[in-house]
Order: sequence, then C-alpha cells, then structure tokens
Amino acid sequence: MDKKKELVVIGAGPAGMAAALAAYEKGIRDILILERDGELGGILNQCIHNGFGLHTFKEELTGPEYAARYADRIREKQIPSLFHTMVTAVRSGNPCTVTAMNKEMGLFQVKAEAVVLAMGCRERPRGAMNIPGFRPAGIYSAGTAQRYVNIEGRMPGKEVVVLGSGDIGLIMARRMTLQGAKVKLVAEIMPYSGGLRRNIVQCLDDYGIPLMLSHTVTKIHGKDRVEGVTLSEVDEHLNPIPGSEKLISCDTVLLSCGLIPENELTLDAGAVMDEVTQGPIVNDRLETTERGIFACGNVLHVHDLVDNVSKEAQQAGAYAAEYIRNKKNEWGKPLRPPIPQKTKCTLPRGRDMGSQLICIGCPVGCLITAKKERDGSLKITGNTCKKGEDYARNEMTAPVRMVTSFIRLEGEDGKVVPVKTAREIPKGCIRACMEEICRTVVKGPVKIGDVLIANTADTGVDVVATGNTGLGGREYGQIYHGA
Amino acid sequence: MYDVVIIGAGVSGCAIARELSRYRLKIVVLEKESDLCEGTSKANSGIAHAGYDALPGTLKAKLNVEGSRKMESLSKELDFPYKKNGSLVLCFDEEDVEKLEELKRRGEVNGVKGLQILNREELFAIEPSVGERAVAALFAPDGGIVCPFGLTIALAENAAINGVEFRFDTKVVGIQKCEEGYLVKTGKGEIQTKIVVNAAGVYADEIHNMVSAHQMKIVPRKGEYLLYDQRVGHLVSHTLFQLPTALGKGVLVTPTVHGNLLAGPTAQDIQDKEGIDTTSEGMAKVQEKALLSVPQMPGRQVITSFAGLRAHIVQMPEGGREGDFLIGEAADAAGFIDVAGMESPGLSCAPATGEYTAKLVTEILKPEKKEKFIGTRKGIPNMAHASDEEKHRLIQEDPAYGNVICRCEMVTEGEILNAIRRPLGATTTDGIKRRTRAGMGRCQSGFCNPKVVELLALELAKKEPDGDLYSKIRKSGADSWYLTENGPEERGLFHG
Repeated sequence: MDKKKELVVIGAGPAGMAAALAAYEKGIRDILILERDGELGGILNQCIHNGFGLHTFKEELTGPEYAARYADRIREKQIPSLFHTMVTAVRSGNPCTVTAMNKEMGLFQVKAEAVVLAMGCRERPRGAMNIPGFRPAGIYSAGTAQRYVNIEGRMPGKEVVVLGSGDIGLIMARRMTLQGAKVKLVAEIMPYSGGLRRNIVQCLDDYGIPLMLSHTVTKIHGKDRVEGVTLSEVDEHLNPIPGSEKLISCDTVLLSCGLIPENELTLDAGAVMDEVTQGPIVNDRLETTERGIFACGNVLHVHDLVDNVSKEAQQAGAYAAEYIRNKKNEWGKPLRPPIPQKTKCTLPRGRDMGSQLICIGCPVGCLITAKKERDGSLKITGNTCKKGEDYARNEMTAPVRMVTSFIRLEGEDGKVVPVKTAREIPKGCIRACMEEICRTVVKGPVKIGDVLIANTADTGVDVVATGNTGLGGREYGQIYHGA
Repeated sequence: MYDVVIIGAGVSGCAIARELSRYRLKIVVLEKESDLCEGTSKANSGIAHAGYDALPGTLKAKLNVEGSRKMESLSKELDFPYKKNGSLVLCFDEEDVEKLEELKRRGEVNGVKGLQILNREELFAIEPSVGERAVAALFAPDGGIVCPFGLTIALAENAAINGVEFRFDTKVVGIQKCEEGYLVKTGKGEIQTKIVVNAAGVYADEIHNMVSAHQMKIVPRKGEYLLYDQRVGHLVSHTLFQLPTALGKGVLVTPTVHGNLLAGPTAQDIQDKEGIDTTSEGMAKVQEKALLSVPQMPGRQVITSFAGLRAHIVQMPEGGREGDFLIGEAADAAGFIDVAGMESPGLSCAPATGEYTAKLVTEILKPEKKEKFIGTRKGIPNMAHASDEEKHRLIQEDPAYGNVICRCEMVTEGEILNAIRRPLGATTTDGIKRRTRAGMGRCQSGFCNPKVVELLALELAKKEPDGDLYSKIRKSGADSWYLTENGPEERGLFHG
C-alpha cells in the first residue's frame, strides 16, 4: 500500500463514511479510511432498531440499513479501508502524519495532505457518576450491552434496571425485554427524560416499563454479580432524599448517562478544545486549530440524530477536499457548529391516556388528541403532519409497531443477522413474531432485504434482513483492503 | 507432605513464597479467591513509603525502610512498575511545623536518607500545584510509587517458576496440629505440612485462632479512593501526604505509576471483611480533603472509585506489640507463623517481609539452597510505552501485538493472550485488567469488555472445548458471570 495519501479519514462510522464520500465527489481519489473495528458502519451496526434516515433518505431505516447506504457507495467507489487498525497518533503538517497499527502491517505511518477525524464518542462510565457500592459484574454501559445482544447474540442479564433515560437506555430497555429479560424500571435523575418522546412510548409504555423521573441509583449491591440497587428519589438540587430509598433486586444495571466525544487523538495532536462541546474548536470550514486536520460527527459534539452527523461530515469531507486542492492559508474565525437545542422531553402530567397520544412517527413526537365524535368518527388534533393522523387513527383502533431483532446464522456460533418486519404489525402480534424470530436459524450468506420469515405470525408481513453477512468479516485479524 | 503451606496470595504471601523458593522446599500457597492479589493488595495507595512514619524500633519501621530500599532493584529484577517520585508531607499551620521536625527526626532514627524540611517557596518550586494554605513540607526523596498488582504478580510468577505451587479457590476451613506439623483442611481436601505461614490479610485472625489459644482479632479498616483520568495525571509529580489537621487525618494525592492521579484513603472501621463497597460520604470526604492539598483537583475527571480493607489488629495475641505488625511463631503453636496486621506500610515492606519471614522458616527447617534459582522474571510487554522499534519487533514476532483491544490504555491482543498463557495466568477479566490494564482506562471497559471476554472464551475453548464458553467467563469470583447461560430464546419471552 502506498503510504502517501491525499486524505485519511479516521473512523468508518456514519461521519467517516460521509466525509470520505463527499471528498470523493469533490474529485479526491486518493483516500484511505482507517477503522478499528472489522467493518464499515461503526456503532450503527449495533443500532438494529428503526428510526434512522428520515431526513437523509426520507424513509425510516434501521441502523445497519442506514450504514449500508453509505457502505455500498464506499465499496462501489472502491475507497480503500483498513480494518482492525488503530490510529495511535495524528500530527498536523504539510503533509500531516497518521500513525497506526494492525496485525498485518505492524506499526506504520501514512502521510496525508488532510485528515478528517471521525472517531465518534464513548459512554460515560459508572465511575464518572460516582455511584457508590460494590463493583460486581453486571454493570454495563447501555452501548456495551447493545453490542453483546445485537452483534454477539448474547444476553448480559436477566433482570435489569436502567439508569438514565437517554435514547440508548430506552432502546435497550425494549431490546432486553424483547429478548426475554425483565426490565424493572428506568431511573432518571432529572425531572424530564434525556431521550426522545417517541422512544418513551414505543420502548417503555408499550412494555409497561416504568420511567422513574427524579430518581437515581444511590447504591449498587452484590459482591460478585449485581444483586440489586438502592433507588432514591432526588430533590430539586438532584440530591437524594433521605428516607426515599427502595431496594430493587436485579442482576444487571445498564447505564445510559450521556456520551463523551472521543478526542484522545485530537488532544494529542495539539488541537485546542471547546470546553462546552468537549470537541475541538473548529473554524467555519470544520478545520481544527491544527492545520489540515478536520473534525466532524460525534467527535466534534454529540449529535442526537445520525442524519445530522452525515450532513456535517459531508461538509467536512468537502472542505477537506477544497483544502487539499487550494491549501488556503487563512484559518479564519473559530465557529461552534450549530448544535440543535435539545428539547426537554417532558410527558404531560395527568395525560388522558385514552385520548392523548404521542406520535412515534418521527423524533418530533407530537402530542396528538384523538376524540371520538358522536357519529363514531375520530377527530384528530395536534399532529403536524399526515403521519401523525395515520398514527393516531391506528393507535385508537388497531395499534401497530415495527419489530426489529436478529436471527441466528446456522453453524456460526454466536453470529447473527439483524432483521425487521417489512412493515408494522399489530401490537398484539409482537410476541408471536418474536417467538418465531427466536426459533429461526438461517443459512448465510444473507443480504439486506432477503425475506427470512414469510408472513410472520400470520400478519401477512415478512421478516426481512437489515444487514449483509460476509462483507469485511468480523474475524480477528482479517484486514479488508478495498482497492 | 509439604514443608510449607502459605495461606494467602496477597503481596506478603507471594513475597514470602518467592524468598522461600530459593530453598529446596516443597511449598504451596493457598488462596480462597480465584486469582492472586484479590484482597488488601489490590486496593491500596500503591505507595512505597520512605519509612519516616513508623515508630522507631517497631517491625513496621524496620521492614519499611528495608523494603523500600529493596524496591527499586527488585522492580528491575522482576520487571514491575516502580518509580521513585519523592514524597511530601504537607503542613498547613505554622504551629504544626514542629510536627514535621518530629517526623524528620523519627525518619532519621529509622534510617531514612535525605529527609529535608522545605519552606513555602521551596515547596512551590518543586510542586507548583500545591494549595496556597501549605506553609511547609517534609520532603522524602526516597518515597516512591509502585503498581501493587505488578509487584504481587511478579513475586508470585517468580515463585511459581522456582517451583512453588499455587492453589486458587481453595479456602482454609480448619487447621489441626499433628505429629509432624499441621493438617490444613481446605474446601478442596487436606494438606499435611511442617510449617504454616498465615498471611491471610483481614482473615489472619480467623486462621490464627484455629491453632492458638491466644486469640487475635482483626477489624477491617476501610479506605476509599478516587482515581482520575490520565489527562490530569501530571497535576502533581510527588506523593502528597497531609499532616493531620484539626479536621482529622488527611488523605494523600499522588500520581500512580501508570500516570493516573489517585486520592484517598478514608479510614473507617467496619465489621464486614468483604465490605469493599464505596459510600457517597466516603467519596465526598476524599474529594473535599484532597482539595486542601491540590485546589485544582478536577472532580469531573474521576474515572472510578474503589475501596480496600486494611487488616488492623485490635486484639493482639501474646508476643505481639500494640500497633505493630505481628510476624512470628505463635506462642503456643510451634511451626505456625503469623504474618498478620499487615496494614500500611505493608506494601512497602513486602520485599523485606518476604526475607524476614523466610528466615523464620529456614531457621526451623534448615533447608539447603537451590543451585538453580531463577532470580529474574520478564513481565508482559507494554505496547503503550514501548518504543517504535520495540513495537515493530513485538508485532513481527507475534502479529497479535498489532491488534489493539483496549483503546484507552492501548492494550493489544498480544498482551492479553500473554497474560492468559503465562504462569499463574489470568482466568478472569479482572485478572487480565490487573496484568495488562485492559479496561482500566477512561471508558472503564465499555469498549474492550466484549473483546476481552471473547479472547478468554477462545483460550478456554482450547482446554474445555465443550459447552457455552462465553457464559463461563467471570469478572473475578465464581458468581461474577457476564453472560447468561442460554441464548435468550430458551428462556421464554416477555416476563411478567
């Protein structure tokens, strides 16, 4: 492999893929993507639920499907990627230097005219929250548990308490329930949820999982494995209220308490950081204070929607391409990328569950009122689009949901392929559908859209694959080089 | 028939085992947990104290100064992380400077070299992050920091290479005096031995009381700590102690050998000998007290908290001295040697404790020295700190050293496999963590845990090819499972 490139992209998640493709569109051909995991897609590969792509593709996709839209184009354009490859250092300069290592090439350096940082973020660990108690097995960050369940096809516990109501926590509450665990509750220290309203409806309400606002875990019990937690109510200063403690038995604690941009390389490169976003300071061209090093996606600041990551990364890729072509010398003014105001997710108190609904059609989560008129027809108000009306109508008569899960691959221990119902099925059929999904074993290779179960639970709806098998490979040491 | 049974694979037990492995003796170390270094040795300050603290004439003073002196050369022979970073005892009140002088005199009597009282200017010149309230400090250039796991594991591996047997998950449930020595009863059978060495940490009283009528009682003293991100590890370069103030005993703030920042411990007597849970009060106390030494202690950079138990003897049996270690043959049990009450500075003393105790044993058994004692040991390569040339060489020898598993600490597959495959190798994720640091960084194993579990399962598969291996992987103890036994499908859906 030639060790001189025009552009090196660090990370093959949504940000890295979009940046590489944007640079390609701008005429840059000599690109290399470095990825620590074994395939394109990053964390999207474990986000097998639906809800992605409404902005970018005007349709609702699962994480692997969204990733595949980009990955297919990366392969089509033959943009080379190195997998199982860890970048250990990045240095600005003309050219920049990227140091990395993997099994086959050992420690190596690549010179690049520009570098795009797209390493994403990590989850806040338990220690950062100072939760007292023992340190047994069974405490997972929600994303780690998600990887175990959705990628490895393994179960990290049976009785679960989720701390923090961020979206990953809510999604995992549903996921663990669908896979047979008992999720006892989701505790949130704030008086509102950090997740999207629609996720509270479709992940908690649908399965009767209580959301305990203004509550937190004040102790973890169990020396070897988690045996339970002490749950306490907190006052307006977020301090636990003495006397409110309740012991909740469980064997698993999932933490969903925020994400931190992963900027070790950025810091090491010498880039100046933004205290607020915990990402690097960038100019209006998404270039860090280190010349030729650009940043985008969750490395820059934590995004709520992957669609926004892709959009920002596209810009970063295009700016990097322009930089490679023109080598502009002025850095310009630092500019904080637009961070959409996060709406505090409050559920109306005393909501009349009989007629008031939260739309799950998109991240907005409109509060819709659906009233039965005297003539038997439904009067629907509060929705801001047609989707809301359809949703409310269904919800009042025959509620439907899309089911996402995985199906095991025959003869491949632990290997799974993500699936979804091709469209929503009646809520009442979810259980039967999941039982079918769990019983099913399929032979690889499988590609996106393959029908794996026809007419699941007699609903007339098929269960289809949302991921491809046999691309890149997850085996240790297999370094796929696309070009 | 064994010559020596050592009870406890903590730092003292392993140091004694290593010293005794120089002789032609049949030795076994019995450990109730599944790995080395699972008790007091795993959760402490990681300090090699200079030796000014203990009262002159005590075993604590003697062994501390000796142990601390040996630590540096031992770290080279056995390849574990140690650094002589110097320590400072901070004084926050002009009236207390006399106490510093007293500490200095005490240290000099104990044989500590180079002690020096620093005034404010001198103090701030060598440690600029110290708080404004400090008025003077005692400087001990010989104070150091050491990796407590690294030390314990190195001693044990070296002992094992020299023929000492280790048995894990083997709890001693009774000891009977018999004609030729003792019959040690464990959960996994009985062992005949001439000598018993009781290095059972907080349980040393229970072991002692099995053979002696002179009762011992140990009350575990809990100490809670906060560990900070390596990003702020350079905030201080020396180990900073505090002279006790009107507010009570202080806490220390220190860099660790691995570049983190550590603050603690609290000191609370508790009843539960397994009570290593942290408390919100304890953590708040550490944070508050640490601010006195270093006002910029960054609360937001805490990556984990932990608690350890120190073995504090409250009822000293005959022959012991109040407030001191108890090392010696029990008054009414010949051949039964206590190594008890090994609270601070037990870690610093370990190299000397090993020699001192070994001498007690060899005086009884009068064994011959081995002709071929292997005095050195090579640790696991450390890719994070290796030079580029070393990295190249290691990856060339074994490509697994090119595959990073733990990104926070830059630990590779090669290091993890090495940790599993070496003598007394890791069998749990905690074991891997203590040997390689995988999972010890800022994400606290969020990313590497599934990969480490996979590597352990794949290695286990070579020994036990049957069954669901992933569900057999443990964090540490027998019940610390990570993954359920069956896939979700077999347990039925939708509980309740």
